[in-house]
Amino acid sequence: MNNLTRQQIAWRVAQDIPEGAYVNLGSGMPLTVSDYVPATREVMFHSENGLLGVGPRQAQAIKDMNLVNAGNIPVTLLPGGSFFHHCDSFVMVRGGHIDISVLGAYQVGQNGDLANWDLPQGRKAPAVGGAMDLAVGAKKVFVMMEYFAKDGSAKIVEHCNLPLTGLKCVTTAYTDIAVLDLINGKVFVRELIEGITLHTLQAETDVELHASPQLALLKPPALT
Amino acid sequence: MINKILASPADAVRLIPDGAVLLTGGFINCGFADELLEALHVQGTRNLTVIANNPSVGERGMSHLLRDGRISRLICSYSRKEGTTLIEDLLESGTLALEIVPQGTLAERIRCNGAGIPGFYTRTGVGTPLAAGKEHRDFDGETYIFEPAIKADFALIRALRGDRWGNLSYDKAARNFNPVMAMSTAVTIAQVDELVDLGSIDPEHVITPGIFVQHVVATSVATRKS
Repeated sequence: MNNLTRQQIAWRVAQDIPEGAYVNLGSGMPLTVSDYVPATREVMFHSENGLLGVGPRQAQAIKDMNLVNAGNIPVTLLPGGSFFHHCDSFVMVRGGHIDISVLGAYQVGQNGDLANWDLPQGRKAPAVGGAMDLAVGAKKVFVMMEYFAKDGSAKIVEHCNLPLTGLKCVTTAYTDIAVLDLINGKVFVRELIEGITLHTLQAETDVELHASPQLALLKPPALT
Repeated sequence: MINKILASPADAVRLIPDGAVLLTGGFINCGFADELLEALHVQGTRNLTVIANNPSVGERGMSHLLRDGRISRLICSYSRKEGTTLIEDLLESGTLALEIVPQGTLAERIRCNGAGIPGFYTRTGVGTPLAAGKEHRDFDGETYIFEPAIKADFALIRALRGDRWGNLSYDKAARNFNPVMAMSTAVTIAQVDELVDLGSIDPEHVITPGIFVQHVVATSVATRKS
């Protein structure tokens, strides 16, 4: 069985971003999603620090550090892009103007609860950034994560026991094994990688999994 | 003649006493008033409350204030500082009080004060540890929490261009919190890269009108004009 790489998860998310969508990519793994949106599709990427129409990364030689995304990576602005201050940026986020927010996750509850900002272990200063605003403000919330945590338990759970970011907000979870839709408190498996069945996945998952009517094979292209 | 231009960052920060509450613009490491913060460090000002999106990751200004224990309280959305355990050390030693605020709530709490609004209700944070102790209220079947306006004494902001009336324009993503903070306090000090003549910023491109800015300081790279 071939689990998806992080790039392949990003590719899979990108396939579900339609033409014309306004999309915010969270820092870390979600930022790579824009690399895999088909070139024929016009998608507007929003960055919480005041950019709309974020383009590819800057060429090494430019390095304009006043033109960065929310992960401090130097980026470009597409023709038609714009700059705005933080209140306007979060009016877009909190006022329901962003179609899709892509976030990382530590845990997702079967009711769509999201935990992605604070781990009880480790010695790290707390940092929430814009995650709580994005979780409740975007029309759809896509999360990207590995299906299993390091201890082998599934990250999709009945009740999150990590500090929450938002309630009942996750629409779809894209993982290295499966694509899961969260609908009315139930988990529907939409895609599975080769070599895994709903039955074998269920055996390693406490929360009840349901087969989506369009259950299909999750088969990304080879990516480097 | 209105002239809001001060000669140096040192002249500007002389206005700021020990115990002051400061808004400081900037995001990650972009758009910080680093020369004003550095001058504040040199001046020896203590017991500061700083409200910022994050502690600046640069080597000047806020880093020095934090390292030397001049900031006793930090209100921010993201307190982690890459490549150092400074914040963790300060929190463990008990010398820094920290309040974490979701980024959009932080921006709106700052804006409210400038707009004469005491606070607002938001869905952001409901059901999370950051809602603890806050007033909850339902509107149309949805639960919201109350977030109060943030009141500060000074705003230290950064802009690309400024004129003697305090009109400002910014450089790309270095805009971030700066225009919001400028509106929020009675005393806003703008560090600008370039001083320009009145009228040379196209009125359509003035992002912060001068009414929100009390003092303008050019940094050393600037071209000085009246």
